[in-house]
Amino acid sequence: MWLPSYATPSERLLRTLVVMLAVAVLLFLIAPLFIIVPLSFSKDPFFTLPVREYSLRWYEDFFGNARWMTAIFNSAVAAVATTILATTLGTLAALGISRPDFPARRLVMALLISPMIVPIVIVAVGSYLFFGQFGLTNTRSGLVLAHTALATPFVVITVTATLSTYDTNLTRAALSLGAPPTSAFFRVTLPNIMPGVVSGAIFAFATSFDEVVVALFMTAAEQRTLPVQMFSGIRDQINPTIMAAATLLLALSVILFFALAFLTRRRAG
Amino acid sequence: MTDVDIDRINIFMAVRRAARPARRSAFSLALPLLVLLADAFVAPILYLLVTAVANPETRVVLPRTLVALQDWDGKSAPDEPVYAALAEDLKVAKDNSTAALLGKRLNYEISGMRSRVLAAARMVERSNGGPYKEKFVQLGQEWASPETWAVIKRDGAPVTPYYLLTALDLRQGPDGSIALVHGDQAIFLDVLGRTLFVAGLVTLFTLLLGYPVAYVLTIAPRAIAGIMMLMVLLPLWTSLLVRTTAWVVLLQSDGIINDILLGLHLTDEQLQLIFTRFGTVTAMTHIQLPFTILPIYSVMRAIPATQLRAARSLGAGPSSAFWRVYAPQTLPGVVAGCLMTFILSLGYYITPALVGGPRDQMVSNFISVYINRDLNWGLAASLGVVLLIVTLAIYLLFLRLVGADKIKLG
Repeated sequence: MWLPSYATPSERLLRTLVVMLAVAVLLFLIAPLFIIVPLSFSKDPFFTLPVREYSLRWYEDFFGNARWMTAIFNSAVAAVATTILATTLGTLAALGISRPDFPARRLVMALLISPMIVPIVIVAVGSYLFFGQFGLTNTRSGLVLAHTALATPFVVITVTATLSTYDTNLTRAALSLGAPPTSAFFRVTLPNIMPGVVSGAIFAFATSFDEVVVALFMTAAEQRTLPVQMFSGIRDQINPTIMAAATLLLALSVILFFALAFLTRRRAG
Repeated sequence: MTDVDIDRINIFMAVRRAARPARRSAFSLALPLLVLLADAFVAPILYLLVTAVANPETRVVLPRTLVALQDWDGKSAPDEPVYAALAEDLKVAKDNSTAALLGKRLNYEISGMRSRVLAAARMVERSNGGPYKEKFVQLGQEWASPETWAVIKRDGAPVTPYYLLTALDLRQGPDGSIALVHGDQAIFLDVLGRTLFVAGLVTLFTLLLGYPVAYVLTIAPRAIAGIMMLMVLLPLWTSLLVRTTAWVVLLQSDGIINDILLGLHLTDEQLQLIFTRFGTVTAMTHIQLPFTILPIYSVMRAIPATQLRAARSLGAGPSSAFWRVYAPQTLPGVVAGCLMTFILSLGYYITPALVGGPRDQMVSNFISVYINRDLNWGLAASLGVVLLIVTLAIYLLFLRLVGADKIKLG
């Protein structure tokens, strides 16, 4: 924020205004997220600040309600299955695509990234109609398959980024010293690219756990996930129990975010 | 071709042959993921494309009628054999309960056909044999109209442009001519235009708000820049539904924004903020801001600060130093960030559904309505195809200008 000594007064003023605007935008970015936290602890069923009296009644409501608990369970199962599948397949693909001899790399990369680009409703409706042919709608496996397709780009991107700084000579050294390819991978390559793999896994987990639209189309009441439950709740009549659910999701995001930040720092350092 | 050339070609081929196993093993690593994406991502989208043109109803329900119609001249009402075939088909349809399906399909193109088909099916069931022509025409003059029969004959084709045309507010007349529809049937071009407009508006706002943030990120001291970066990345990382929920709460009539405005005496009465275009664009801008900021920041970070100083020392004023030296170099980041935000904004569903009013619903919301409420899968799929084509066109532009390998996550 230092200006050269020759800066004109109007330049100084402009610079101050730009900094103030940036601060305002950052507050605009962050404030709405944390507005839901005090509201979820309010005793009153209104969405106004300041909170007059604090209580845990909406959390009691949330944890005492079988429907919310089933939704959490469903979300967790789908997200864990998605994470395992997406991380395995995504890491393998990243290993392949990072080799110098990979054919048609640009094309394959564009295809692998495209689930991030295609509008989510198209994926949802396509899956709904197509998986319906095989009786996979309203099943957990159908949801996991669709979520895995959405989550793999994140794994491919993070692992490819890590591999770009990985010295492949390490793997070659292991192989030349007599290690079989599998143990060279598990004992030399994988430990070195682990931060990227774990980052990708965190992204995959969050993608599935937060996803609404595909889950809306692909699930019936029994497989209903937490975001779907929230979405229908807001649609019908927004109530403070949803604030408790949103606060818990926010807390999960913050935890995952700092886990990721920790990993990225270790990778850089 | 000289011997040297042939040698060169042979060597080239030998090198390629030698590299083949390596290429194959590299590719085989990516194969499991490619297979999964083919089944769980590409196939559903292709199926959507097929659904957009699929036209099974008339073929399945009226096989005999379509055969009988092959020799029809198309100018006057067909002869008795066609009506007899239709009666036979409708008898079967009544037994299989498929008459309603046919009626629904024909009703898309000629309004009133649903009830006419159902009435005809009831008539056929009750009647004791032909001749049928008179009985059909007695039910309604439309059964004698060549236009009705032209549409039935056309709908016997395995694929139909009907849904795709409808998704673009176009309509094919009985004579095959294509024209724009008017009045309250013309809704989809408006929806598409609205989607593009909202996406454009959101892109513009994220650029105007995000550019200064990206700039200040590059000049702030390290520790402060770290905290600022946290404030950009944390929202990106938070569930889209949580962010939308926050806006639903903030924008309510007796919500926090109205409380603040009333408290500051900026307004005397509660403003309608939720279920408006303003609310939708505000919430979407909030959600998309990090996507625009990050690419701009990563480009700005690489511009040496000394360049601006050099421009100034060579006599450029502050604004011309900015516009002629600094801004042009940030253009790649601006293009990457804006294209990304525009692409993602086109596909919004959750936020308009919860924060927008009826006039703010985007293409995605209409797709969902036609799947869930109207059960018109052909039209839903066609709207999907239109949205997909627009999105992919911009994605191709993104790939050309930016490249898939430039997409980073934080």
